[in-house]
Amino acid sequence: MSVEFFLFLLVAAVAVVAALGLLLSRNAIYAAMFLILNMASVAVIYLLLNAPFIAAVQVAVYAGAIMVLFVFVIMLLGAEKLNPADTKLALKWQRPLSIVLGMALFLLLGAVILTRLGGAVAAKMIDTSPLAIGKALFTTYLLPFEVVSVLLLAAVVGAVVLTKKS
Amino acid sequence: MLNGIPLYWYLIVAAAMFCIGLYGALARTNAIAVLMGVELMLNAVNINLLAFWRYLTPESPAGLAFAAFVFIVAAAEAAVGLALIISVYRNMNSIDPEKLDLMKL
Repeated sequence: MSVEFFLFLLVAAVAVVAALGLLLSRNAIYAAMFLILNMASVAVIYLLLNAPFIAAVQVAVYAGAIMVLFVFVIMLLGAEKLNPADTKLALKWQRPLSIVLGMALFLLLGAVILTRLGGAVAAKMIDTSPLAIGKALFTTYLLPFEVVSVLLLAAVVGAVVLTKKS
Repeated sequence: MLNGIPLYWYLIVAAAMFCIGLYGALARTNAIAVLMGVELMLNAVNINLLAFWRYLTPESPAGLAFAAFVFIVAAAEAAVGLALIISVYRNMNSIDPEKLDLMKL
């Protein structure tokens, strides 16, 4: 039992509890705050996996940019109430069915993980500095990098077109 | 075993987060909460990606590069999804997914 293991257990518990809080909170702003807590603890999990660059990007892009966008839209639309009283699910069995399916998926994944996982191969780790990742992105993965830039451009144009008043 | 943490612990945490996100995406009555559930699922997938990279192929930068691509795609998805929600709110004055049944026969 190492220090890292206890840190991992703590952070994993915070991540799962924050995810449950996201489900149980009645107010969308609280749900967004729980999601930010979840993302921060996931960033610590990335640090434990020796990926400091990805952890920094997680905090800056996810917990920073994307969640600011979420909170902005929630406040702009005044959509804080998550379960308005006038809302009735058209399908009565939808919510219990979602719980059953979610639990079934978790049990199935857990069983597969615990029974089918082979032994890990210990190999030498590459350099995980931003410099090394940047070199990999601009040499080996240049084509996906360019494709993803087109995707981002399409997303920007799509967002502008969708929100424009016609 | 790395730092005394077996690989399956990471996978179980990711599986739990994915299932919670799945429930959120299926059963919420607020389109923004549905989108937050999808973000939770993307996060779980990213944990899996990095855990498998670290434990099985740490000699290649593929895991890190594709984790970065997942971030970019998640950012694009959030931008377009929230733009759609704003557009729906303008037209229907509601973001309850139950009420969006214009395409129902």
